Amino acid sequence: MSANIIEVQGLKKHYNDGTVKALNGIDCTIRRGEVVVIIGPSGCGKSTFLRSLNLLELPTEGSITFEGQVITNPKTDINRHRQKMGMVFQQFNLFNNLNIIDNITLAPIKLLKMSKEDAEKKAMELLERIGLADKAQVYPQQLSGGQKQRVAIVRALAMEPDVMLFDEPTSALDPEMVGEVLEVMRDLARGGMTMVVVTHEMGFAREVGTRVIFMNEGQICEEGRPDDIFDYPQSDRLKDFLSKII
Amino acid sequence: MQKFTEFADELRFVFVESDRWKWLIEGLGNTLKITAVSLIIGIVIGIVIASIRSSFDKNQETMKKRGGVGYNLLSALNSISKVYLWVIRGTPVVVQLLILYFIILQSVSNGVAVAMVCFGLNSGAYVAEIFRSGIMSVDEGQFEAGRSLGFNYLQTMRHIIIPQAFKTVLPTLCNEFIVLIKETSIAGYVGIMDLTKAGDLIRGRTFKAFLPLIAVALIYLALVTVLTWATGKLERRLRRNER
Repeated sequence: MSANIIEVQGLKKHYNDGTVKALNGIDCTIRRGEVVVIIGPSGCGKSTFLRSLNLLELPTEGSITFEGQVITNPKTDINRHRQKMGMVFQQFNLFNNLNIIDNITLAPIKLLKMSKEDAEKKAMELLERIGLADKAQVYPQQLSGGQKQRVAIVRALAMEPDVMLFDEPTSALDPEMVGEVLEVMRDLARGGMTMVVVTHEMGFAREVGTRVIFMNEGQICEEGRPDDIFDYPQSDRLKDFLSKII
Repeated sequence: MQKFTEFADELRFVFVESDRWKWLIEGLGNTLKITAVSLIIGIVIGIVIASIRSSFDKNQETMKKRGGVGYNLLSALNSISKVYLWVIRGTPVVVQLLILYFIILQSVSNGVAVAMVCFGLNSGAYVAEIFRSGIMSVDEGQFEAGRSLGFNYLQTMRHIIIPQAFKTVLPTLCNEFIVLIKETSIAGYVGIMDLTKAGDLIRGRTFKAFLPLIAVALIYLALVTVLTWATGKLERRLRRNER
């Protein structure tokens, strides 16, 4: 098993026939067990970058390799690889037509061909872990934002992914619910999960991140260990960014 | 008392004499048959067209990039669907019925069958747009969440999008079915003995307009009432599992 789980080369994403350059040439390697935190001003392309990693955004140019497979190759069956890349969204996106347990078991049953009993047993274990076992039968509408996001994380985990992608997981939450979601993510990181996290939570980035990437205008502007990035920023752009948010 | 006897006499004359009530039954039978079959045709066409149109909208970027036959095929189907919607929605259903009956399906002697095809084709266009609006009303995030777990396009539609879309479109769909039931009343234009035609035949034979026409109206009203009640019940059942 190679140490590199994701390799990105020359990634570009242009909109409107190239007039808008959301991503402008990104090279990046993510190793197993890393917790990579991506920060940057709004509109810098950090979400687009993250969403490109599982091809929710189709790159205009460049290649992405996941576990040795070039997934940007049109011949690759992306659905198979997505099963190994869990994703958590800003807006939770729990399936509104299914109750919590079905939200979690749908993919394992249909895609991994797990039996209903096994899938539910596993889902209940995961729900226990986040303290929401009593919510198994309710529908997403009845949960708070923080609860929804914890379920969304668990739904992705039920597929036993090799990497978890987080797209601003706490940005749509009331402030007092941010902590409970970060706690689940912290747990995951401790368990050795490879994570790529787009976030504005600098405290989380510093504490949990193994590497911080600062993006600006569709490019990686600076990257390094969290302490270096936050305490000894090199570029003016990063200094400016940090002065505004801390 | 005398008024009542007169009314009873007229009732007997209009409906019982010469077994004219049987015409209404036969007409009702045809109306129900035409409505039921065209409903099914309409839903099938509606699902197919709505799937083509919405999957073209959603996948064209990806497919264009990948190239090959798939994109060209879907693109062609999408264009055909658009022409179909344009023609069906752009012409009156009576004209469509006449054209089908006297020109295109001239060789088919069974008028009821022609009416089924006609109303099915017609309804399909409207049902297609109803389904498409339902699919589009589901939040994009639901779709992305499905795809991110590894479901392909069709699986995502089937397990996540369509169940939610169906709930949204049910009232509009019910409305379309009510329109359809009543629309079949023009079948008499090509000599089909539907409910309306039956009432009108009784009127012509008895020279009494009031009773036969009111009877026909009441039967339609009863049909629509049952349909409204049934969909209302279904709607409430679908909603209940959300609360």
